Amino acid sequence: MIVADKKPIDEIIKEIENYGKILILGCNECVTVCEAGGKKEVGILASALRMYFLNQGKDVKIDEVTLERQCDHEYLEEIRDRVDKYEAIVSLACGVGVQFTAEKYHAMPVYPGVNTCFLGVTEKRGLWTERCQACGKCMLAKTAGICPVSRCAKRLLNGPCGGSTKGKCEISKEVDCAWQLIVDRLKALGKIGDYENIIPLKDWSTDRAGGPRKVAREDVQL
Amino acid sequence: MNFKTPSKLEKILAAGHFAVTSECGPPRGSNIEHIVNKANLIKDHVDAINITDNQTSVTRLCSLAACIRLKLMGLEPVLQMVTRDRNRIALQSDILGAAAFDIFNMLCLSGDHQSFGDCAQGQNVHDLDSMQLLQTVRHMRDEGKFLGGGDIDRPPRMFVGAAANPFADPFEIRVPRLAKKIAAGAEFIQTQCIYNLDKFELWMKMLRDRGLHEKVYILAGLTPLKSAGMAKYMKNRVPGMDVPDDVVKRMAAAPKEKQPEEGIKICIESIQRLKEVEGVKGFHIMAIEWEEKVPEIVENTGLYPRPKVD
Repeated sequence: MIVADKKPIDEIIKEIENYGKILILGCNECVTVCEAGGKKEVGILASALRMYFLNQGKDVKIDEVTLERQCDHEYLEEIRDRVDKYEAIVSLACGVGVQFTAEKYHAMPVYPGVNTCFLGVTEKRGLWTERCQACGKCMLAKTAGICPVSRCAKRLLNGPCGGSTKGKCEISKEVDCAWQLIVDRLKALGKIGDYENIIPLKDWSTDRAGGPRKVAREDVQL
Repeated sequence: MNFKTPSKLEKILAAGHFAVTSECGPPRGSNIEHIVNKANLIKDHVDAINITDNQTSVTRLCSLAACIRLKLMGLEPVLQMVTRDRNRIALQSDILGAAAFDIFNMLCLSGDHQSFGDCAQGQNVHDLDSMQLLQTVRHMRDEGKFLGGGDIDRPPRMFVGAAANPFADPFEIRVPRLAKKIAAGAEFIQTQCIYNLDKFELWMKMLRDRGLHEKVYILAGLTPLKSAGMAKYMKNRVPGMDVPDDVVKRMAAAPKEKQPEEGIKICIESIQRLKEVEGVKGFHIMAIEWEEKVPEIVENTGLYPRPKVD
């Protein structure tokens, strides 16, 4: 999923303090799972903002809506009939949802309420970690199912570097060395000999480097 | 004898002499005389001088400019190049820049992570890794072509090296990793600083068992310790560094004013011992901001005078 984290409320207030009618727009997908932008977080942020504006002696109307998704036209259409009632939207979706909402409602100011962090997993409640950087050309088949692009601090395709110590990365004792994990799993798979295959220069044109990407599938287009 | 490059370092190694290299870090500014002064301290005692490339990710005068300066002094530089800061366009471009000034040695590295340096908020590039940089230089030299396939007018003629750290984890792939670097094109290896000689000798044995010592020149890396504090720092704070307790104890046992002397003594003893290890073909003495001690170390290990080659 796309993992996001809450923005500090002060940062959100700075963006919206001059509006009188604000919609807090949640998303029922990834940001709900990572507890940053679902219905619950929409409620918490809305309450905190109401309290803040009340203390400031300001009369600000704050409403709450959580859509099934903010990355699909059909769900974003659900607010079309009432969106004109507001002067601004704070979207608690990932950066994708914030942008799609802004595209859909062209003249409506839309502000992000979360920081979109990475593609990752829930390791345990309250702990999410990165697994993928969407490079567009998956090489997990060559690296024992562990991604050096997203999990090595230097994205070394032929690691580990000389900084790997006791299974940890040179940047922090809290971070696993991706290549230690790869070596361990190659062993578990009985494929440690594969370690010596040199992974060639990567074609990064499918990565961010190639510019904005799209997937166009004629077979499923209506 | 048939040489692949005009490198003096290659000639010395090919002739069967122990090679001696050292390294100098460029200054934090544009006064290039600092590097001239450092080089002058060691030039008669080493065969080639590595110039580090923004080591520990701290911004410095560029390695290439410093290498050119050494070349203009008639010295033999080893251009260190990390993949952290340049994409494949810039890497190839800098290789050509070096080739234009007849810099004949290069060391391919990935580089320390930028979080250690003075621009921790910067991006890192790592378009290539050190292994792929080796492949790139060899491709440019041996095929005379760019990565993009075009012909290079006057291709680089570099003797190509890589680093190896026998002390990083996981230990079991340290020799396979060396084999990989050789397969990628490494012709010489400069190792991480060696304090744990037993472990280094084990690594050497493991690589000899695979015959790798006949495929690459291994230069053992040494950094003399200046103080017990430095020994402890290296042991505890520098990733991938293995400083055994008895080395720390020995340094600490010396009175403070005698500790530099003790550090030099340990370095000399280490070289004496490593000279006997089959497959060690030379020494890379990294006297960090202590270049003036290099001559003493070289003279006291029977490595002076340096051989002359054409």
